[in-house]
Amino acid sequence: MDYKSTLTVCPYCGCGCGFYLETVNGKLVGTKPSATSPVNNGKLCVKGWNVHEFVQSPRRLTNPLLRKGGELVEVSWDEALDYVAGELRRIKAEHGPDSIAFLASAKITNEDNYLLQKFARAAVGTNNVDHCARL
Amino acid sequence: MKQKIIERAKELLASGEIGGFLALKQEGMHIAPHLFTDPAELDMLSLGDAQGLGDARYPLVKLLYTLAERFPQEKFGIMVRGCDERALNQLIKEDRSCPLRASRVVAVGFACPEELARACECAQPWPQALVAGEKGPGFPPPEADFADLMTELQQWFGEADRCMKCLGCKNSCPVCVCHECTLEEEAMLPQRQLPPTPNFLFTRAVHMVDRCVYCGLCEAACPAGIPLKKLYRLVAQLVGQGIPLVGAAPRPQPQPAATL
Ligand code: SF4
Ligand code: SF4
Ligand code: SF4
Ligand code: SF4
Repeated sequence: MDYKSTLTVCPYCGCGCGFYLETVNGKLVGTKPSATSPVNNGKLCVKGWNVHEFVQSPRRLTNPLLRKGGELVEVSWDEALDYVAGELRRIKAEHGPDSIAFLASAKITNEDNYLLQKFARAAVGTNNVDHCARL
Repeated sequence: MKQKIIERAKELLASGEIGGFLALKQEGMHIAPHLFTDPAELDMLSLGDAQGLGDARYPLVKLLYTLAERFPQEKFGIMVRGCDERALNQLIKEDRSCPLRASRVVAVGFACPEELARACECAQPWPQALVAGEKGPGFPPPEADFADLMTELQQWFGEADRCMKCLGCKNSCPVCVCHECTLEEEAMLPQRQLPPTPNFLFTRAVHMVDRCVYCGLCEAACPAGIPLKKLYRLVAQLVGQGIPLVGAAPRPQPQPAATL
């Protein structure tokens, strides 16, 4: 009989609400807002409340998909990254760096967000950087 | 107080009478639900008071319901306040599909202090299975007459439009355990509409008549600070007096879709 509640932070938005992910025999079964988290004091929005449902969803994407002949097909990371890098180069050469924009995320770390804007500004040469929290 | 609960839980675990003791555990500043199976761990037990009285309570009974379903052979101990025990008895009485039976649960109870009982407007701030604390007085709110009820209900609806459809009230409620919840149906919660129609909160209130144990966990989980317990009391009183509810709620005003 194994029940655990593990304290963690909501991956959905920049508020960073604290909650417990509940597992029974290692499988996620529920989410409980942390009453002692100073951020959310035992409250959550509808997204946070349902975090345990998407993590183990069979519909979750686990591989890169590339559209080939109108169909999305699973490809390797190497193929996906080569394709994206090639297209970024091509578009920048044909239309200039400001034809490309970058959308950062609240669901990744500060460091990853830093890298993304660095890549946009230093590698591609554009200030077109925006963020998913501008809802 | 806490020590008595710990001692009783240790006895129950050591004798093998229960397979696990469901309670709260303190780690650093945080308090969380925990299933104690190792008696040595019980020294980290918490009653659920963090900064203030009863401010770190969780719907342990709801969790027990889930565990009783997943582990149908086990017998459990559970730490209860007065309201937790009432929720437990309610679910056992309802005799749902879940194999949660009185014979599978040993409640280990403690009384709430008078200050908390006043704040909760609690009719009975102690459980029958009292192991720690004294049976203090209850502070149930006075029954209002019909005219007052209607005025209070109208005033209450003025607060309902802060609802943001998080369903935290349902998720935190110890007696809300239906696998398919009416509140989640499209008709009740149309997409791209905020706030939902008053029917959403009203329907929940009707489902709580005769079931609500007034623990206040719904209010504690409501990010909009809506006085839900008050609505549940009002509606229970109206139903108790046989007053038809049709027409009591104002007609929903069409709202512009929230822009996301
Ligand atoms: S629960 Fe909602 S508000 Fe809190 S961090 Fe998650 S998405 Fe943001
Ligand atoms: S509702 Fe009653 S039993 Fe529950 S926490 Fe409040 S005072 Fe205690
Ligand atoms: S007070 Fe709220 S959470 Fe507690 S039983 Fe009633 S409806 Fe459920
Ligand atoms: S907890 Fe409050 S905001 Fe959330 S659905 Fe219930 S009433 Fe609405």
